[in-house]
Amino acid sequence: MTRRIVLRAALVTLVALAATFLLDPYWNFQVARFAACFAAVAGLTVLVGLTGQLSLGHSVLMAAGGYGYAFAAGSVTGALGDSPAAPYAGLLAGLLGGLVAAGALGALLGAAAARLHGPYLAGLTLALVIALPSAAVAVPGLGGDQGLGAPFVPVPDALAALMYVEHFHAVVAIVVAAAAVTPLMLLRAGRQGLRMRAVLGHETAARLSGVNPGLVKAGAFTASSLAAGLGGAVIVMATQSVSPGAFGLTFSMLLVVGAVIGGLGSIGGAAVGAALVVLLPWAVETVLDQLPAGLPPVLAQRLDGNLAVILTGAIVITVIAARPGGVAQLLTPRTTARPTASHDTER
Amino acid sequence: MDRLVFLVAAGLAHGAVLALFAQSLVIVWRANRVINFAQAALAVVAVYAALAVTAVSGSWWLGAFAGVVAGGLLGAAAERGPMRLVPTHTPLPGIIVAIGLVMILQAGLAIAFGPEYQPVPAPLSERPFVLAGIPVLSPYDLLVLVVAGLVMAALALGFTRTSLGLQLRAAAFAPETARLLGVRVSRMITLGWMLSLATAALAGLLLVPTELGLHPHALDGLFVQAFAVAVIGGLDSPAGALLAGLLVGVLVSLVSGYLVAAAAPLAVLALLTLVLLVRPGGLFSAAKERAA
Repeated sequence: MTRRIVLRAALVTLVALAATFLLDPYWNFQVARFAACFAAVAGLTVLVGLTGQLSLGHSVLMAAGGYGYAFAAGSVTGALGDSPAAPYAGLLAGLLGGLVAAGALGALLGAAAARLHGPYLAGLTLALVIALPSAAVAVPGLGGDQGLGAPFVPVPDALAALMYVEHFHAVVAIVVAAAAVTPLMLLRAGRQGLRMRAVLGHETAARLSGVNPGLVKAGAFTASSLAAGLGGAVIVMATQSVSPGAFGLTFSMLLVVGAVIGGLGSIGGAAVGAALVVLLPWAVETVLDQLPAGLPPVLAQRLDGNLAVILTGAIVITVIAARPGGVAQLLTPRTTARPTASHDTER
Repeated sequence: MDRLVFLVAAGLAHGAVLALFAQSLVIVWRANRVINFAQAALAVVAVYAALAVTAVSGSWWLGAFAGVVAGGLLGAAAERGPMRLVPTHTPLPGIIVAIGLVMILQAGLAIAFGPEYQPVPAPLSERPFVLAGIPVLSPYDLLVLVVAGLVMAALALGFTRTSLGLQLRAAAFAPETARLLGVRVSRMITLGWMLSLATAALAGLLLVPTELGLHPHALDGLFVQAFAVAVIGGLDSPAGALLAGLLVGVLVSLVSGYLVAAAAPLAVLALLTLVLLVRPGGLFSAAKERAA
């Protein structure tokens, strides 16, 4: 089982890496964004789908990963100075820093999440998203509304003939996303995944069978945060800056929507959801640009971004009402449909 | 000392608005055991409607009345429309529909009215009275306290002393039994949502003149603070919501007055975390089933 999952993940990663050679810089930048969102949505979908804990705050976990990246990468790159290896040591340190920052915040939240259920956890994580801009101002060293800059990672000399900057960043993003998502797949398929489903199905029954629901929930939250943190770190590497505005409420809700549309609990669904989060704004913009110059500039500016959000909102309501299993349910036959959070016991 | 008195007084006025909004969350919770995460987005639509009426008629009071009516209608529309699409026996589908609704409403408002803050004048002066050399409440703060107090008293009386209130509580508490006894449960739930959104719209209307202005996200912070208030006060307890509202209002006022304004959301987050860790189901919840 483990070997099959790892092989499949490696194969998908290789195909994705090969595909980046066919894309132009703009699309490779979008690939990096997609890979980051994929890691976060995959973390969220495992959390919500398998344990039923709804987090509205995954953008903050991404932000934690981003700040961790900016801080660690900045320190290490600065300390190594002119050494040619400095940016890459910084990259590795940054990813590690992102993991540590998001993991620490996730473990704290997980400890709270272990005791909460339903709307209470959603409310707490919502309060976290709303508090993020304040935290960036109030905590010294986070750079306020402007945020922090992250060091530029150039293409290594060995690959300079093959790649340009955006391409290299997309490659790094794909590798990191694979490193973030593969453990989630193993977790989901293994013993811990079974425990999570047991806790979701009936907490008291799970406890009677020797499963500690608190530990399972806290563990799931922490694992989910690590994936989101890596996603945040990757996005900061590609954009070279991290600020609270980039990880606001709308983005956080988009991550939830991505997980729901893809099908809660499904990693393949998370890829579809993340693609939607990245592609829909682009698609709407393209359609608007095709319109014969009829739109006044003020209206065009207001439609930009907002129209995609409206469409996403409408899609998520339709999906949860008509096909609660999301895209994943369309692809798998009904008999093998995986249990999702909307299936509850007859309590 | 002067500063303390002023901050506590201002905090009480803000707390009254918080309590009112928390009350609206409590009403929905009592109507059909959900927390409406779209409450702020629906209320802000009603506030936009109120401002439009004020702009046309020139009267703040007429606008406020229109806003409350619009809130009630929106509540009915939300409950009869999207919220009916999903089962309510688990919280997750309802929350996700609410998120979808929030995205549609807030992005729709941003398209219709632009992303700028629209300044909202208060109907009464916001210059505080000076008592014994200490600036205390302004006439507008007094209005807020009086209106919030009256509305909450009316809601409490309505829920506990009238036949309609009894039906509302019965429909929420034991829908099957209530239906057998002739209560129109579905109608009661819709009515609960209407009452709730009308209250939320009123709270929003009272809040915006004291803040930066009207904006599609203007009530997000209010929702989070009111959620904390409702959890601290117990989702089932209107009196608890009132007390907790005043408490959180004063806390927010003191924190933003003595530290920095930016620290207020962090203080609310810390308080919410603390309360939920001590009592995971809210302060006044009963255990659902024996777990050990």
